[in-house]
Amino acid sequence: MHLKGTAISKQDLDSGKVLFTRGDPHAHYTWDTGIGIGRYLEGLRKGKIFGTHCKKCNRTVIPPRAFCELCFSSNIEWRHLKDTGVINTFSICYVSWDAQRVQTPYLPAVIEIDGASKGHGILHLLDEVDPKLIRIGMKVKAVWKRPEERTGAITDIQYFKPY
Amino acid sequence: MTKVAIVGLGYTPPRPLTPDVSYKEMIYEAAVKSYHDANLDSHRDIDGFVTCAEDLIEGTSIFDEYTPDQLGAVQKPMHTITGDTLHGLAAAVMNIQTGLMDIVVVESHSKASNIKTYPHIINYATDPILNRPLNFHPHTIAGLEMQNFLSHTKTTLEQCAAVVVKNKKNALKNDLSCYGARLTTREVLDSPLTFSPLTQLQMADHIDGAIVFVLASQKIAKKLSKKPIWIKGCGWISDSPTLETRNWNVCEYARLSAKMAYKQAKIKNPKTQIDFFEVDDTFSYKELQHLEAIGVYKEGTAGRACLNGDLDPDGKTPVNVSGGCLGVGSLLEASGALRTLEIIKQLRGEAGPRQLKKANTALALSWRGIPSTSGATIIFSRK
Ligand SMILES: [Zn+2]
Repeated sequence: MHLKGTAISKQDLDSGKVLFTRGDPHAHYTWDTGIGIGRYLEGLRKGKIFGTHCKKCNRTVIPPRAFCELCFSSNIEWRHLKDTGVINTFSICYVSWDAQRVQTPYLPAVIEIDGASKGHGILHLLDEVDPKLIRIGMKVKAVWKRPEERTGAITDIQYFKPY
Repeated sequence: MTKVAIVGLGYTPPRPLTPDVSYKEMIYEAAVKSYHDANLDSHRDIDGFVTCAEDLIEGTSIFDEYTPDQLGAVQKPMHTITGDTLHGLAAAVMNIQTGLMDIVVVESHSKASNIKTYPHIINYATDPILNRPLNFHPHTIAGLEMQNFLSHTKTTLEQCAAVVVKNKKNALKNDLSCYGARLTTREVLDSPLTFSPLTQLQMADHIDGAIVFVLASQKIAKKLSKKPIWIKGCGWISDSPTLETRNWNVCEYARLSAKMAYKQAKIKNPKTQIDFFEVDDTFSYKELQHLEAIGVYKEGTAGRACLNGDLDPDGKTPVNVSGGCLGVGSLLEASGALRTLEIIKQLRGEAGPRQLKKANTALALSWRGIPSTSGATIIFSRK
């Protein structure tokens, strides 16, 4: 069976030939950050990166959490970590939200933070780097906003760059 | 098929605002308490997990992805039920009755305080093409239903107000309650009109909190707990919800879900075989409508019973001894968990100042709220 369908144009929509109902979502939230992430963000505002350490599992995790999801213990220690790390994985993003080609690609990457256990890090953006030269294992360092501009958010780090 | 019991419960004290903890930390606290209550050696003993949550309420798409960590469910079978806790408990019962799992955990929670545009979120449950363009507040649907209920059953406004007076008074004896009060029916009716015939005090307010239950098969339940509370019957029903054509006179999700649960629990006469009831009272009239739908009172008689004191803790048919949603607060999808929590405490004999003398068998009924015509019934028993 071949159902070819009928092509419609923007004009068909604009002229009311094809009917539809428009909806604009009005969904607003404020998510409580809580103990674990709240303290993490407070650290970022001060230009510091914190993780948490579970003694039982001998594991230092970042983003930090108030309990260990593996052994289910809340007996954790806070640890001040470095603002350097290595790229675990990355992608070069050539397309914007509205599907247009972008001149300067976005460079999201997962960065394993020095001092955290293997596989733990920050998802952030890279900059000041030639996209062609980015490699897994590349050493990168946080570039912070100026102290007076920081708000206690993941964007208090502007991006990571090779060092 | 094995019998299934609740062997553990844990919860955070409900509060209108909880800025100090994330939803994950709230759930973690409830889970740790629940596993301890169930005498589990480790979270690793649990075979499966169910979370009751709705993406738009959480503000996260595919919320199912964010549920394992705080329950100790990493790399374990886990699924989300987009329904009330009673729907989730029914799912857990079936998990265990397959014979594949012995211990299953059910979690539900509310972070209602984090939703800044709650009426809009509910409004997304109405038809986008026919209903939403009319742009009325979705709670109006409760006004429409109440108007019809009053007219059809000849229930009076004073009888509806008596539900509020009773439940808010009951709540004063419940340390989990956020909205307990001593009121008169006059005060309830004189509070500002909201969605007529509803007044402000006839509508439940929201609270935050998390509740976690541990369920187990018969063999394991008897090993773990001295006071297992048995789930004797579960029913859940969704009616056709269309606002234009639904039958406003009847409450089929309550009637049919109760019928389904009665059949499993071998209940012929709910009024004599069930000692007390925890039924949804998100709006005053809902408690009366639900009691009539599940056959505890004949049509048009529950209101008089409430006004006469029959539904009081020392009355013939205690209803919402906990204080209900009106007195404790509404936990959204976790409201059925509050109904269940009260029943377990009563059946275990751990309800403190609210302890009923006769507490062997009880019924919980939940409603998914506006604009739904979905609900669930569970019957619990000490034996
Ligand atoms: Zn651990």
